[in-house]
Amino acid sequence: MSQVIHHDAHYDPEGSKIGMWLFIFTELLLFGGLFIVYAVYRYLNPEAFEMAAEELNVTIGAVNTIILLVSSMTIAMSTTALQKKQKGTTVVLLEITFMLALIFLINKYFEWGIKFEHGIFPGSEYMTSELSQGEILFYGLYFVMTGLHALHIVVGMVIMGVALHRIQKGTVHPERASLLENAGLYWHLVDLIWIFLFPLFYLIS
Amino acid sequence: MQATSKIPTDVSYLEYKGKYKGLLSWILSTDHKRIALLYMYSMMVLFLVGVALGLAMKLELIAPGKTIMEANDYNAVFTVHGVIMIFMIVIPGLPAVFGNFMLPIMIGAKDVAFPKLNLLSWYVYIAGALLVIASLLFGPGTPDTGWTFYAPYSFKTGTNMLPAIFGAFVLGFSSILTGLNFIVTIHRLRAPGMKWTKMPLFPWTLYGTAWIQLLATPVVGITLVLVALERIFGIGVFDPALGGDPILYQHLFWIYSHPAVYVMILPAMGAISEIIPTFSQKHIFGYKAIIASTLAIAFVGYFVWGHHMFTSGMSGTAQYTFSILTFLVAIPSAIKVFNWISTMYKGSIRMETPFYWAASFIFIFMIGGLSGLVLGALSTNIYVHDTAFVVAHFHFIVFGGVGFSFFGAVHYWFPKLYGRMYEKSWANVGWLTFTIGFLALYSPMFYLGMQGMPRRYYDYLEEFHSANILSTLGSWVMTFGLVIILINLYRSSKNGKIASINPWDGKTLEWTVPSPPPVENFDEVPVYGEKDGPYEY
Repeated sequence: MSQVIHHDAHYDPEGSKIGMWLFIFTELLLFGGLFIVYAVYRYLNPEAFEMAAEELNVTIGAVNTIILLVSSMTIAMSTTALQKKQKGTTVVLLEITFMLALIFLINKYFEWGIKFEHGIFPGSEYMTSELSQGEILFYGLYFVMTGLHALHIVVGMVIMGVALHRIQKGTVHPERASLLENAGLYWHLVDLIWIFLFPLFYLIS
Repeated sequence: MQATSKIPTDVSYLEYKGKYKGLLSWILSTDHKRIALLYMYSMMVLFLVGVALGLAMKLELIAPGKTIMEANDYNAVFTVHGVIMIFMIVIPGLPAVFGNFMLPIMIGAKDVAFPKLNLLSWYVYIAGALLVIASLLFGPGTPDTGWTFYAPYSFKTGTNMLPAIFGAFVLGFSSILTGLNFIVTIHRLRAPGMKWTKMPLFPWTLYGTAWIQLLATPVVGITLVLVALERIFGIGVFDPALGGDPILYQHLFWIYSHPAVYVMILPAMGAISEIIPTFSQKHIFGYKAIIASTLAIAFVGYFVWGHHMFTSGMSGTAQYTFSILTFLVAIPSAIKVFNWISTMYKGSIRMETPFYWAASFIFIFMIGGLSGLVLGALSTNIYVHDTAFVVAHFHFIVFGGVGFSFFGAVHYWFPKLYGRMYEKSWANVGWLTFTIGFLALYSPMFYLGMQGMPRRYYDYLEEFHSANILSTLGSWVMTFGLVIILINLYRSSKNGKIASINPWDGKTLEWTVPSPPPVENFDEVPVYGEKDGPYEY
C-alpha cells in the first residue's frame, strides 16, 4: 500500500519519476518512427547509404559522442551531489553539463555548415541533379534525425537552465529533487539516442 | 498548493471562489472537474462546426450533380469535417471530458497526478484546434486531402496544409500528456485498499487507452512532422520523385491511426460498462473478462493497421496476417457485448435515459462491428474498398460507438456534473429522434456501398438517388434530435430538479460525494475494505 502516504501530500517524487519514464517512452517511439524509415531505406539502398556516409566527418561525430557521454556522467554526478547536500558541487556540475551541451551544438553547427557549403541540404540544386535517390534519402534522414536530436539538446538545456535557477533559489533541494532527477533522466535519453544515431550515420559501412 | 488545508469541503467546485474570478477562475483552474468542463464546452463548439459540415455534405448529396457546392469545396468540407471530428472530438472526447472529471473521483483521489500538466494539455488542445481552424481561414485554400493526409498529395497540393498538419501534431501532443497523466494517476492515487482488481471499469478502460495514447501517438507525430518537412524542404522520404515511398507514409500513419480507433472506443465501452450495472442493479458480469478484453483490444489493436491498406500494395502474406489479426480483435469486443447482455439478465432494470443510450449503443456497435468483419476479410474488402460502405461502417463504430456512449455518459453523470437532474421526457424524445435519424442517415450507405457508390465524391449516378435522399433526410432528423438533447441539457443545468448524491443507486465512488462534488472531492480519503467493490449490489 505504498500509495497511501501520498494522498495528502501534493509532492510525489515516485509519481513524477513514473511520469518522466512514460514521457521517455513516447520520445523513444517518436525516434522509433524515424529509425523504421531509416531501416527501410537503408535496406533498399545499401550502396548509396554507404557512399553518402563516407562524406560525414567521423572525427566530429566521435568528439560529439564523447562530449555527450561525459555530459551524461556530469549530470548524474550532479544529482548525486544534490543528494549529498553539496549545493555548490551540484551547481558546478550542472553548469559543466550545460556547457558540454553547448559545445555539442557548436560542433553540430560547423558540421552542418560545411555540408551546406558543399550544396548538401534538402532541396538543393546539387542534391537533385548530382546525387542518386539513395543519397538524397540518406542526407534527408541525416538532417531530420540529427536536427530533431539537436532540438532535444536545446530542450534539455532549457530544462537544465530551469533546474539551475531553482537550485540556486532553493526550491530544488535534497528533499525535493525531482526536477533535477528528471532532467538527468531526460538528458540520458538524449545521450542514448545519439549513441544510436552516431553508428547509423557515421560508422556502418 | 499550500492553500490545500483552507479549501472548504462544503462548497461545490462550481461555486468555489478561488484566487481568480469569472472566466479566469475557469481557464486558470487546475481542478480536474473544471478542466473537464472546459474540454466539454470547447468540444461542443467544435462538434457543432463538424456537424454543420456533415450536414452540408449530406445536402450536397441529396441529388446527383452540383447541388450547393463544387467538387473542390466538397473535398475541403470532408477533409475539415474529418480532421475536426477525429482529432478534436472522438479521440480526446471521453478521456478528456469524463476521464478528467470522473477518473480521480472513481478511484478516490483528490485530483489527477499532475494538475498543472492537465491544464496545460487543455491549452495545447486549444492551440491545435486554432491551428487547424487557421488553415481554413487563411492562406491559399482549405486543405483537401481527407483527414488522413496521404502522401504524396499532402505535400503536392497547393492548399494550406501546414497549419492543419501541425495542428494535428499539436492535438496529438495534448493527447499524450493526458494519457501520461492518467497512467500516473491510476498507479499512484488509487484509494487505500482499491486493488487493481477492485478498480471500476471506466478507469480500467482509461488505463488501456492511456497506454495507446502514449505509445502510438508519437509515431503519427513524427510522420506528420516528416510530411511537413517534405512540404517545406523536400527531404524526400515520402516523395517518389526523390526515391521515397508514399506507401511507407500509409504504414506509419495507420500504425497510430488504427490504435487511435481503440483510443476512441475503449473509454466508450468503459462508460457503457458503468451504466449497465447501475441500471440493472446487478454486479457486472465477468468483471475480469472485461478487463482482460480491454487490455487484449489495446494490445492486438497495434498489429492490425495493414487492413486499411489491402488495396495499396502489400504482399499476400502481409494481407493474410493483417486480416487474421483483424478478426482476432472481434473476439474481445464480442466478449464485452456478451458481458453487458449477461449483466442485464435477471437484473432489475430501470428504464432511464442513460440506459436507453447504452442499449442502443450495443445495437449500433454490433452493426458497426460486424460490418467491420466484411471489411477485414480480404475478398469482400477489395469489393467495397473506398465505397460508401466504409463510411457507413466507420460512422456506426465511431459516431455510433463513441457518440452514443458519450451521450449516455452525459446523461448518466449529468447529476454529478451540475447537481441537477435533466428533464427526463425531453431527454428520451431526444434520444429516440437522434437514434432514428442516425439509422436513417447511415444505414443506406451500406446499401450504396454494396451497389458501388464510391466515397469522397460530390456527385453520383442517378441509380443511387433514392437511397441518398433517405440518408440526407436522416441527417436532418438526427440533427433535430441533437438540438433537442442539447437544449434540454442546457436548460436542465440551469433549472433542473436538484439532484441527490446518488440518484441512480450506483455503487462506484463518484456516487458517495455530493452533487456537484466539492473542490477536493472527498472530505476524507475513502478506504476500500476487503468486501468493498465497485459493483457490490
